[in-house]
Amino acid sequence: MSAVIDHDHAHGHHDHHGGYGGIMRWITTTNHKDIGTLYLWFSFLMFGVGGIMAVVIRAELFSPGLQFVNPDFFNQLTTMHGLIMIFGAIMPAFVGFANWQIPMMIGAPDMAFARLNNWSFWLLPFAATLLALSFLMPGGAPGVGWTMYAPLTVQMGMGMDFTIFAVHLLGMSSILGAINIITTILNLRAPGMTLLRMPLFVWTWLITAYLLLAVMPVLAGAVTMTLTDRHFGTTFFNAAGGGDPVLYQHIFWFFGHPEVYVVALPAFGVISQVIPAFSRKPLFGYASMVYATSAIAILSFIVWAHHMYTTGIPVSGQLFFMYATILIAVPTGVKVFNWVATMWKGSLSFETPMLFALGFLFMFTLGGFTGLVLALVPVDIQLQDTYYVVAHFHYVMVAGALFAAFAGIYFWLPKWTGKMYDETLGKIHFWLTLVFLNMIFFVQHFLGLAGMPRRIPDYPLMFETWNKISSLGAFGMGLAQLLFLYIVVKCIRSGAPAPQKPWEGADSLEWTHLPTPVPYHSFETPPVLH
Amino acid sequence: MTFSGLALALEWNLQPAASRLAAEIQDLHEYVMILCAAIFVGVFGFMFWSVYAHRKSKGHQAEEFHEHTTVEMLWTAIPALILVLIAWPATRLVVAQKDTTAADLTVKVTGIQWKWAYDYLKGEGEGISLISTLSTPREQIEGRAPKGEHYLLEVDNELVVPVNKKIRMITTAADVVHSWWVPAFGAKQDAIPGFLRDTWFRAEKTGVFRGQCAELCGKEHGFMPIVVRVVSQEDYSKWVGERKKALLAQADDPSRKWSLEELKARGEKVYAANCIACHQASGQGSPAVKAPALAGNKFVTAEPGPIDTVLNGRPNTAMQAFGRQLSDTEIAAVITYVRNSWGNKASDVQPAEVKARRK
Repeated sequence: MSAVIDHDHAHGHHDHHGGYGGIMRWITTTNHKDIGTLYLWFSFLMFGVGGIMAVVIRAELFSPGLQFVNPDFFNQLTTMHGLIMIFGAIMPAFVGFANWQIPMMIGAPDMAFARLNNWSFWLLPFAATLLALSFLMPGGAPGVGWTMYAPLTVQMGMGMDFTIFAVHLLGMSSILGAINIITTILNLRAPGMTLLRMPLFVWTWLITAYLLLAVMPVLAGAVTMTLTDRHFGTTFFNAAGGGDPVLYQHIFWFFGHPEVYVVALPAFGVISQVIPAFSRKPLFGYASMVYATSAIAILSFIVWAHHMYTTGIPVSGQLFFMYATILIAVPTGVKVFNWVATMWKGSLSFETPMLFALGFLFMFTLGGFTGLVLALVPVDIQLQDTYYVVAHFHYVMVAGALFAAFAGIYFWLPKWTGKMYDETLGKIHFWLTLVFLNMIFFVQHFLGLAGMPRRIPDYPLMFETWNKISSLGAFGMGLAQLLFLYIVVKCIRSGAPAPQKPWEGADSLEWTHLPTPVPYHSFETPPVLH
Repeated sequence: MTFSGLALALEWNLQPAASRLAAEIQDLHEYVMILCAAIFVGVFGFMFWSVYAHRKSKGHQAEEFHEHTTVEMLWTAIPALILVLIAWPATRLVVAQKDTTAADLTVKVTGIQWKWAYDYLKGEGEGISLISTLSTPREQIEGRAPKGEHYLLEVDNELVVPVNKKIRMITTAADVVHSWWVPAFGAKQDAIPGFLRDTWFRAEKTGVFRGQCAELCGKEHGFMPIVVRVVSQEDYSKWVGERKKALLAQADDPSRKWSLEELKARGEKVYAANCIACHQASGQGSPAVKAPALAGNKFVTAEPGPIDTVLNGRPNTAMQAFGRQLSDTEIAAVITYVRNSWGNKASDVQPAEVKARRK
């Protein structure tokens, strides 16, 4: 390892990996790169677990009738698939990116609160363990959907309580992570790195962290009220005691809608790094990107009831939330136009990260359009709680956030590991994922339009054809991700050495100022920026 | 059967509309889809062209521009204008959809795990009540028998309404949130326990229209369909007359003394319609939904039998208060059945005993 930056002994860093070796290094580490790696591997593990659940769900839905799982276990699977993918896979993946990249991109030596950072991560395995244990409780895991609507939650067994505590831990982890990220960005920028010179990835994370701070406590409140309704005789969500089941939905979606952007904004950030790099041209409309991101974040707080059009909110409420929701199309459109304009008159090449970014752009926009369709109250009355909604949010979460995560991993893997991944295999991974993903989710739009409700283990005969195609796509998608694991392992073990800047158009500090692989400690002396 | 909403559905689009509202929803959907498709083709046509024309392998040199104020203002303003074009027709439809006034017939629908109870509240047929439960046999669901045409979309008692009349549906629920939905009418309304909500439809065709519960309501969520039979005004009046006569004839005299065998035979039917989803045909129960085994259950065979439990339910479980849905005779029959099945042995329970314990 050729560290260009000398170790400053006054800081007491006498060896690269702290005082421990082996497993203790990972348990005690306070290094942002180690913790980033932990987050990313953890999220990959959860991606596998949630993916296996998805495959079982799709296997059951391959044919009408009950074949593999009973309806109750089916509900447990859909619930846990959702919770694990959102809180276990996608969010930690982007926190992993934040840990690795933010300090390097702003010229900081590490995250602001290094020990807190360690704790933020190590809360996650315990939360995951609680979720897994819920399956072993009498009655199994809760079968209530990831939205955990009252009062169905009151009927559940002890697994529900395990899930509630898991959500508490996940929320604590996110809040601590968000505090750390905000403090790091606002305080540890290298001299000359003004806010409006920060890479867009850093900007999107700054805004995301504020969203997290605002909404994770709301979720914690919602599940805590569920807990006291279950065990301590409160009636927050029970009309018999003066409560209201719909109150839960309001609280949940006040968290739930900004949560969508907690996942989407860092994805926008990654894409905003990748597209300029492979267009060999600066990002078009940097300032308007920052404003658009902020606008999306602010709007995300006033649109929550578009998830609740069928609950019977008054006509004035329906209209307000419809208008506010479609308004989000404006800043989102600005972002898409900026990305396209970045490519306009560039000098484009199509390595794997760029392919995933283009796939993201194409399909995320598709998910945006179905979002616009769903925002319209009359149409949503037909489509609410159908597979159309399932298709819509998977285009946002999988074709959107997951594709951005893949783009980011292929983009930064050479910098992180010092080695190149196999470009051919990477491209194969992209095309397989693209084809199978559309096989799974595109046809679900048709199912939803034709009237198939979501969260059902069995369905009328007329839905069979599309379900079969969707299930086959899911099996293919699952297998394609094994190829991804192979590519990453192969890169780490036997990849060809990577140059300092393998991507010609990349221009943030980690490429321009740090060697490849990055030393364990970087920017102990702030870089000089002009 | 004259016309079946779901069976004729085009698989890739909304189901054929049977009400003006549903037709207008389809029009709005198509209008928005055309706009979206045009924008999509425009933006991505441009993107693919720029990707194609400016690729490095062709030797294209990157330019350095990164801002253009006029263009940026235009692509903020134009989408905002397009949104107004979408919001206007949508707003008109929202207002129409919410107008539940001046109904010809008002029906209350109660979502119950896992069936629908209909009470005709106001208009012709007032006073009729029926409970609508999935009639697809378990053998079909479990793959032991071939599946019928209306698999999972058939019920024992259909909601019957007259054609071309404004029907107001008041929704509520007995246990958890359900959602009453008939796609062909463009009507979906959550049924919320402890609250009343409403929606409406005016069917313009006679026939049978089918839908499913749309809100996750527990284990059997996928198995509580909605079937509405729309008939001519004449047929409707005839149906109301028959229904009222049948109700009188069916009414059991709760003071009559039944034999144990009579009760068991009747109870088996009640059990199959109401209890089997959780307690199982074998009486073994489902621990997953906290439904205890009834076979060998001391509480069941003890005197006087679980009359209060069946009448009033168990809070916070799927064991609901059946006192509302079942008659004294049916409750006596089903309790007698479970007390004398799967090896259980106990005395019969008479309808009069159930009546005495009702509060």
